[in-house]
Amino acid sequence: MNPFRRSPYVIAAAVLVYVFLYAPIVGLILYSFNASKANVTFEGFIPAYSEHVVMDGSLVKSSPCGPFHWYCELAKNNDVAEAAGNTLTIAFVATIISTIIGTMAAISLQRYNFRLKPFSQLSLYIPIVIPEIVMGIGILTLFSQVFGWLNDFLNLTGNARLSLGIVTVTVSHIAFMVPFVALVVQARLQGFDKSFEEAAMDLGANEWITFKRVTFPMILPGVLSGALLAFTLSLDDFVITFFTNGPGSTTLPIYVYGLLRRIITPQVNALSTVWILVVFLAVLTLQILQNREQKAHP
Amino acid sequence: MLKRLRESKSAQGTLLALPTTMWLFVLLIIPLILTMIVSFGKRSPDGNVIYTFTLDNYVRLAGFSHDCPDGQATCFDPLYVNILVRSLSLALNTTVLVIALAYPLAYFIARAHPKQRNMYLFMVLIPLWTNFVIRVYAWMMLLRKEGAINIILGWIMHLLHIPFTPLEMLYTPGAVLVGMVYEFLPFMILPIYTSLEKIDNSLYEAAADLGANARRTFMRVTLPLSMPGVVAGTILVFIPVMGTFIVSDILGGRQVILVGNLIQRQFLDARDPTFGSAASLILMVMTLIVTYFYTRKFGFGEEIVVA
Repeated sequence: MNPFRRSPYVIAAAVLVYVFLYAPIVGLILYSFNASKANVTFEGFIPAYSEHVVMDGSLVKSSPCGPFHWYCELAKNNDVAEAAGNTLTIAFVATIISTIIGTMAAISLQRYNFRLKPFSQLSLYIPIVIPEIVMGIGILTLFSQVFGWLNDFLNLTGNARLSLGIVTVTVSHIAFMVPFVALVVQARLQGFDKSFEEAAMDLGANEWITFKRVTFPMILPGVLSGALLAFTLSLDDFVITFFTNGPGSTTLPIYVYGLLRRIITPQVNALSTVWILVVFLAVLTLQILQNREQKAHP
Repeated sequence: MLKRLRESKSAQGTLLALPTTMWLFVLLIIPLILTMIVSFGKRSPDGNVIYTFTLDNYVRLAGFSHDCPDGQATCFDPLYVNILVRSLSLALNTTVLVIALAYPLAYFIARAHPKQRNMYLFMVLIPLWTNFVIRVYAWMMLLRKEGAINIILGWIMHLLHIPFTPLEMLYTPGAVLVGMVYEFLPFMILPIYTSLEKIDNSLYEAAADLGANARRTFMRVTLPLSMPGVVAGTILVFIPVMGTFIVSDILGGRQVILVGNLIQRQFLDARDPTFGSAASLILMVMTLIVTYFYTRKFGFGEEIVVA
């Protein structure tokens, strides 16, 4: 029996599910070229290039950027630039911190025994089994209580008052990212046995050299994929950010959500399209890297 | 001190795990304890918390109220119970539908030629990594009265010479269900794929040699061995669906209120954190109970981290 033979029903079902997954995305991209500013119906592509934007009611007749009018508007939008900057800053800082401390925790949980170990291990599952909104409002309560108390206690006034902002968002992101890094690295550590490390020690390497030359190179792929997972979780996060952000720390998901509750122009679609394109390139790069690793170490 | 650290393996282990454990303790466990304390408190007139011990918020959630229309001392209004039941049944329906859609696709990918598998998986990752809020927005555009689904239905009806009035799909419970299924589908496909992919081909060959037909092979070999993936996927889908408020907010309008929306409004519009905290704890307890009984029956494997 050919193991790769599949029934036509399975193939048909798979095709339908792929259509379901992609139809909304295709629609989203198409509407980013919409000539209609109201963006309710698709009124065709913006037909022509001109020196200035020419409008006819809510229809864009021609634009310096032609069909890409909404992308040019997007590039001029300072709020988007600020939100993108915040999103990336938070994701980078939170990824670096959570990757370092998460990897440390994974090594500790996989290679050492200590009294706190069951508690440390169990705490890693909290973000998986508890809905994000529960964590979100808990963290919000914590920050507002502690900040309120500190502000009164230290008599802080004006700008010195502690409030929600980019720091609280980053700190909260790390809390839900660390467990994912730790679990991914732990799974990788489980994959090979201790004898490599023991051999290095027998050959006279101290613990630091063993870590640097043996353990770390072996877990590096796990660390990198944990970091990447953490990075995307941070970029994508809405709920935790929603409850912990303050003035000036708006991220892209929060910004888009805000727009959805007001007037929606095709600019939102242009922003979404750019985002999807970035994701596409990121996933593609990752796949190519993984394939290369698989070929090098089958 | 340093010498002791160098010698004691247990001290080294504790120290390595300490930053993570502390971080999670301060930002996940303390907030949960705080939420519990706040849920037993009272709301002050300016929306702050008065710390006392009262079960009022839980009594209110259970539907018993003291401001009754006809002068009774207490009366029963199942408003919040209905919200909890609605959230639970939506989460169950979503999970079942997601399994029904994810399983065939995961099976298709797992049994594809190894050279094509990566491409098919890649095609699942793109929608997964596209932002959550953007994906809800995409459905908002499709489901609108002037949206693509109504346009396509209109064309078909026109060709069939059947009169057609555009359907009102947005701001209905159905829209929320479709949105939830779409949002969480990839979280089911990946774990099921992982467990299907692990099944050794020789098992299929053995089943065939022993005379099992395709259906029997599936029921006796494939399905049982893929259960860890289904269980992991269910946890990754069911729990977030229970707590999500964006999908119902955008696709359900004010029509479909879930426990997530209830909690969010207590913290932002209604400004009653004590009631919001009580609702949030009930939500947590509900998800923990379901997860506990579900995983106790089936157990969950390492598939939980693949997504």
